[in-house]
This record gives sequence, structure tokens and C-alpha cells, in this order.
Amino acid sequence: MPQSGAEGKKRFVLLASQFQQLFDALKRLGYQIIAPTLLDGAIVYERVESVNELPVGFSDEQRAGVYRLKRRGDRAFFGYAVGPRSWKHYLYPPRQRLWQAKRDGDGGFRVIPEQEQTPRYAFVGVRACELAAIAIQDKVFLNGQYRDEYYQRRRESALLIAVNCAYPAGNCFCSSVGTGPRVREGFDLAITEVLNGKSHLLVIEVGSERGAAVLEGVDVQIATEEQWQQAQQAVDSATRRILKRLDTTDLKELLYRHLDSPHWEAVAKRCLTCSNCTMVCPTCFCHTVEDITNLQGTVAERWRRWDSCFHIDFSYIHGSPVRVSEASRYRQWITHKLASWQDQFGMLGCVGCGRCITWCPVGIDITEEIRALRRSEEGRVAPTVPKEESDANT
Amino acid sequence: MVPRPFRLRQVRRETSDTFTLELEPADSAEGFCFRAGQFNMLYVFGVGEIPISISGNPANPRVLTHTTREVGTVTKAMGKLRRGDVIGVRGPFGTPWPIEQAEGADVVIVAGGIGLAPLRSALYHLLAQRDRYGKIVLLYGTRTPGDILYRRELQRWRAQFDLEVHITVDRALSGWRGNVGVVTSLIPRAPFDARNTVALVCGPEIMMRFAVLELQRRGVPPSHIYVSLERNMKCGVGVCGHCQLAPFFVCKDGPVFSYDKVQHLLEKREI
Repeated sequence: MPQSGAEGKKRFVLLASQFQQLFDALKRLGYQIIAPTLLDGAIVYERVESVNELPVGFSDEQRAGVYRLKRRGDRAFFGYAVGPRSWKHYLYPPRQRLWQAKRDGDGGFRVIPEQEQTPRYAFVGVRACELAAIAIQDKVFLNGQYRDEYYQRRRESALLIAVNCAYPAGNCFCSSVGTGPRVREGFDLAITEVLNGKSHLLVIEVGSERGAAVLEGVDVQIATEEQWQQAQQAVDSATRRILKRLDTTDLKELLYRHLDSPHWEAVAKRCLTCSNCTMVCPTCFCHTVEDITNLQGTVAERWRRWDSCFHIDFSYIHGSPVRVSEASRYRQWITHKLASWQDQFGMLGCVGCGRCITWCPVGIDITEEIRALRRSEEGRVAPTVPKEESDANT
Repeated sequence: MVPRPFRLRQVRRETSDTFTLELEPADSAEGFCFRAGQFNMLYVFGVGEIPISISGNPANPRVLTHTTREVGTVTKAMGKLRRGDVIGVRGPFGTPWPIEQAEGADVVIVAGGIGLAPLRSALYHLLAQRDRYGKIVLLYGTRTPGDILYRRELQRWRAQFDLEVHITVDRALSGWRGNVGVVTSLIPRAPFDARNTVALVCGPEIMMRFAVLELQRRGVPPSHIYVSLERNMKCGVGVCGHCQLAPFFVCKDGPVFSYDKVQHLLEKREI
């Protein structure tokens, strides 16, 4: 890596044809690379070895309840927005063993804490909204009275290589909640892909010492002012293309005012309580635990598994669940995300990634439901079917 | 956070469907310190883990006491345990009863059914520091006379001159000569100075709502009324999300809340 001058401070450029060098450097440093790749007709974050496994030349079309891959007709590495999987899949896995217990001879048992080999991940392609989501989960798992050691180990060893969004999808609304599309903090390296005719470059910003160490073994050049400006323009144009909005003014007060709103019944007529929105959400952290034994009953294990406030047994206390109706469960989810999250963690629980809208089988749109609540206060009738839903089946 | 093994010193049947476990640490001589009103996550090997409030004496860390009712998979398995068996304990968790803040005031305890269990810990403390409080009144309601918990202890306390104990049952059987009716019916004539009273309430949520109404009718302000809430809990430390009550995690912000904090929420359905 060349020494950076005062002008091009911490900004480098790498030819697209040499992108594999970065992957090789990561592997040399012992990182397991997790990056976007094609799986079952969607772009998901999976373990990869080579840049050829990225969804090169693919884009995604996203609307309420719709996700479709499309060919772009170019060789872009990052020409799409976020897919159904988020990085929480790796930092806070869907299933995780917490401990084991073994029977002693005298009616007792011994608890053996989990001794997992913590994977050392390099996440390639973390979007601005996802960096914000990771910061939120940091607050949930690390900044309370209790620190979650399972999350902490994975988080501390993970390297975050961010990517600035140039091609937002139809459900993106990061600009409304202040998380994107421009990557601002919390990354080790940040890439902006610049694709102009035959010129295909990756402009790379360094965010940490660890990030700089990765570039040691890569043929990067100091970015020129022109290259830097081209990168800025790519993100600027993305900002202009984000059309979905969420008005966050007094959002907490709005939702707390509407705990008794008849609107929740209207949503419940559409909501299947399938929990898709909570599974794809990069900030949802609720989980349950499972206690299992071997057949002899001599070894027991405690696992934790992602859970969802849409499941009826989520709120079960003896006799009956607290939240029986579908309406109460949807209200809990959206009120937590946008209102009580602020009381609990001092921030919104939503980063504007739009996953819950795309992956809702009936196309319920969190931004539309907020709009409906606001409209109901203006004395107008809220529509029961969001506009975008009508073309969801075409 | 892993459970710590505790050995059963004694299992005592209280009523047909309730029992009290007396536990001591299996791993060391180090005792178990807690404050009245807190709870533990109790784990039965291979079966599961549930939140149960502590019903013993906070001044005695050598014995950990839990009273519970057999209603689910874990409590039923717990009911089958015998002396010498081991269960896992994580805790103590949650907020305590405000017994220090109540010094100098009258204390009214309103308990419904198994709700007496976490309040017994508070009673132990109040009686041990008896001269620091004004009147102490226990109002306790159960379904039938056969469901009365801690029968011998209640008889002993009732015989004391410095504690008022009033018990009522929903359904009387032959031989019962005490009160019949819901526990809230005891509040209007209970002897306490409403202007200088702290009320501690635990029982089914519906019972607590009506008990609070009666206490307010007597003039006890909502900020002096404390309720202990029950919600589904998996972690006890505010990360599993199950116990949420709008802004609160009942496991760490509760289970004991002053009523003025939660009144607006408990009036909502399915919150």
C-alpha cells in the first residue's frame, strides 16, 4: 500500500480486475469471508472464497411483497440493495447453543459453558443501513447491565467492509431515518463502486487500523480527486432515487396515542402473523430458549433460537397468552420498532432497509401503516390496502 | 449466563397444587442474597426454565425458598422433585418491593392466591424491622379455604398484636367461618391511614386492577401503590424481548412497579 498524502488521506482506489486481491488478503489474515451471493433466486450473505461468487451483473427489483432478480447488463459487483438475510445471521445466529449440563451420580448435574470456536468473519458488502443495524444490536447486546458474551465474541472479531449504495431498491427508506445511503461510520473499510463505461473502479476509504492492515497486501493507489468525486456522485444519485419516505416526526407519541386505534384491526385483516418481517429485520433481537436432552437423559442442552412477537405463544403466561389477537401482535411489533425502542435504547429500532416490506407475503408496508395512522388523525379515512399491494400479483 | 446448581433441602406441600422448595447451593457454601420482591429463573434438568419469585426470608441467605403452583411443564416436573435433587438457579433478577422507602408509613399488603409468595419475603423484612413502620395490614384472598398458603405462619402472625391479618375466600366450604368474597372487599374497612400508606399488591392482574381502584378510593395515591407483574420471560436480563410491556422489560424494569408508572398500560387490552 502506498503512503497516503495529505490530499488523498485514507482514500484509495483499486481496479475492479484486481478485487480478488482484497479477498486473498482477507484469507491470508485468517478471515472467513461472508459476502453477497446468489442462493435460491435471491442475494444472500454466505461464505465465499472468490469475487466470482458475488452476484456480478445482477440487480434486484423490490416492491411490497415482491423480490425479483434482474440482469443489469454490466459487470457491477454491488448493483443491488439488501436481500432477505442480514448480518445478524452471523453475529447473532438463528440457533445457538448456550450451554450443556451433565448428570452427576448423586442426583445433581454440572453445567458446562459453551466453548465455541468463534469464527473470525470479514463481512464484505455491509450497507449503511446495516452498519446502523449492527450499531443498534451492539446497544441491545453489549450496552445494558448484561453483556451477551456470545454476541460480543463474534462482533469483536468481525471485520466490516462496507459498500456505499448506488442502486437502492423500491422499499429503501434509509434517508428518512438518517442511516444511509452513504456510509459514515462504524466500518473498517468502505467501498464505493464506480462504473463509467469501460472504467470500473473501487474507491476505498479506510475506517480503522484493522482495515488499513488488510490493504497492506493489495495493489491500491491513492485516489485522485476526480475518482473521489465520481464516487461521491454515485452515492448522491442513489440518494435521489430513494423515493419511499417515513415521516419520523413525533413517531413515538403518534404510536403511543394509537394503542387503541381501530386501525390495528384493519392491518390484522391482512397480516398472516407469519413472522417473516421479524426474521428478515436486521435489528429484531427477540429469542426463545429450548431445553433438550439426549435419549438417556444424561446430557441436557440449552439453545437459543430467534423468536417473534407475532407467534401466539410468545407472550404466554399460565392460562393464556397476553397478546391473543393478530391486531395486538402487529401493534406490538410496530410500536416496539418505532416507539418503545426509543424508550428502551434511545434510538429507533428501524434502519429503513425495507426488508419487512419486501418479504411480507401480503405486502404490508410499515411506512404506509404510519401514514394511515397520521391520516386517521386528520379525520380522513385510512385506506385498508396500501397502493403498492394492488400490483404485487402482476 | 449459566444456572448455578442448588440442592433441595426440603419440599413442602402447601395446598393440593402448590408447594415450597427450600434450596441450598450445591457448588459452594456461599449463600444467596436477594431483596424481597425479586425473582429467579429456575431450571429443571432437561425440562425447562421459568421465572419464579422468591418467597423466603431476605435476612437468611443460607436458604433459598420458592413457592409455586403446578400449572405448566416445568412446575409439574418441579413438583415431582425430592429432597437431595438438584435444580439450576439464575438470579436474583428484577426490582424489589420498596420496603426501605416505606419506613415511617403504614404498609398494606394485598395478596391474591399464589401472589402471597413474593409478599411473604416483604413481610419477613417488615416484621424483623417492626418498629420502623406504622400499621402493617395483610389482606389475603384465595379461591377456597383449602387454598390458603403458609397456614401455620399466618395463624402465628394473626396472633401477634402488631400485625393485622384478614383473609377471605371466593367460595366457602362447611366449617369456614371467615370472610367470603373477593380480596378487594377487605380494603374499605382495613385499618390504615390512607394519607401515609404504602400498598404492596400481588395477584392475578384483574385482581390487582380492582385492588388498586379500592386503594385509590380510600385515598392512597397511585405513586404509593406497588404492583408485581407477571409476563413470559426467557432470559431475565432484558434481551429475549418476551416480557415487554410497551417501554418496559418486566424482568429488569419490574416486576415491581409503582402503579403510576404502569396504570395507563394496564388499562389497555393485550398490551
